[in-house]
Amino acid sequence: MLTLYNKQLSSRLLLGTAQYPSPSILLDAIKASGTQIVTVSLRRETAGGRSGDGFWSIIRSLDVHVLPNTAGCHTAKEAVLTAQMARDLFATDWIKLEVIGNHDTLQPDVFALVEAARVLSDEGFKVFPYTTDDLIVAERLLDAGCEVLMPWCAPIGSAQGPLNTHALRSLRGHFPDVPMIIDAGLGRPSHAATVMELGFEAILLNTAVAKAGDPVAMARAFAMASEAGHAACHAGMLEPRDVAVPSTPVIGRAVFT
Amino acid sequence: MKLIVNGEPHQVSAQSLDGLMIELEFEGEWLATAVNNELVRAAERRECLLQDGDRIEILTPKQGG
Repeated sequence: MLTLYNKQLSSRLLLGTAQYPSPSILLDAIKASGTQIVTVSLRRETAGGRSGDGFWSIIRSLDVHVLPNTAGCHTAKEAVLTAQMARDLFATDWIKLEVIGNHDTLQPDVFALVEAARVLSDEGFKVFPYTTDDLIVAERLLDAGCEVLMPWCAPIGSAQGPLNTHALRSLRGHFPDVPMIIDAGLGRPSHAATVMELGFEAILLNTAVAKAGDPVAMARAFAMASEAGHAACHAGMLEPRDVAVPSTPVIGRAVFT
Repeated sequence: MKLIVNGEPHQVSAQSLDGLMIELEFEGEWLATAVNNELVRAAERRECLLQDGDRIEILTPKQGG
C-alpha cells in the first residue's frame, strides 16, 4: 500500500485532468487508470457563468481524492493564496505546490517553493511539492514540513522520461523513508516502470495520457507499468553483467562426435 | 462603486462580496473568493464589505495537471 500523509492507497498513479479530448474520455481515462488521486486547478469564473460546474460534477461523481494544484503561480505569495482558496473550496488540506520559476522550462523556483511550503505547512496544509531532483532542496522541503516529495524527472509535458537517473537514485537513497512521487516529464509507460524500479513510490502524470492517441488505453498502460516497476523494485532485480552467462545448465550436455 | 473583478472593471451597487456575487450572477455553488489578495471564505462573504477600487478574484474548479 502507498501511504501519503497517513492516507493509505492501493493505486500508485496520480492523474491530471487537463487536456483530454472530451469530458467522457477524461472520465474513462480516470477509471481505466485505477487512480485514487486526481489533480485539479482553480481558475477564474466568468460573470454569469458556471463554467467549472460541469467538470467538477464529473470529478465529484468519482470515488477519488482531489489534489488541488497551484499551477501557474510564480511567487510564494500567489501560491499560498491559491492554496488557501483551494482549501476553502475543496475542503482538503492537500495541496500540490507549484511555484514556477521559468516560463520556458517550467522549472520550479525552488527558493520560493521552500518559502511557500513552510508557510503552508505551518497553516496545517499537507504539501505535495513539485520540485527538481536536487538533494539539498529536498532536504529544505522536508525541514519546511513536507512529508512527501514530488521531484520531476524531466520538464513538464516534455515526455522525455528520466533524464538524470543518477540524481534520482541519490535522492531515493538519501531519504529512504520519505514517500516520493515522480511528477512531470514522463512520456511512456517504460519511463514509469523505470522510475518505479528505482524505488519511487508513485507517478503523477497528465499530458502523456491526455495527449495519447487513445488516452483510455494509455491510462491503463501507465497503471500497469507503475505496478510492474514497483513489483520489480521489491523482487530483487538482476544486476547487469559484462559477460554472457548461459541460462541452460552446461553440465549434462550431450557430446556429439 | 467601481471594482476590479477577475481583472475586469465593474460598476456595481452591492456593498458586500456576497451582494456583488449576486449582482454579477456568479451563481455556481463551487466558488472560492479573495479580496485584495486575501482569502475570503465562503462563510465570510456576507460580512465582507467592499470599498471602491477593491480587486476581487472569484475562482472555480478547472482541469489541472
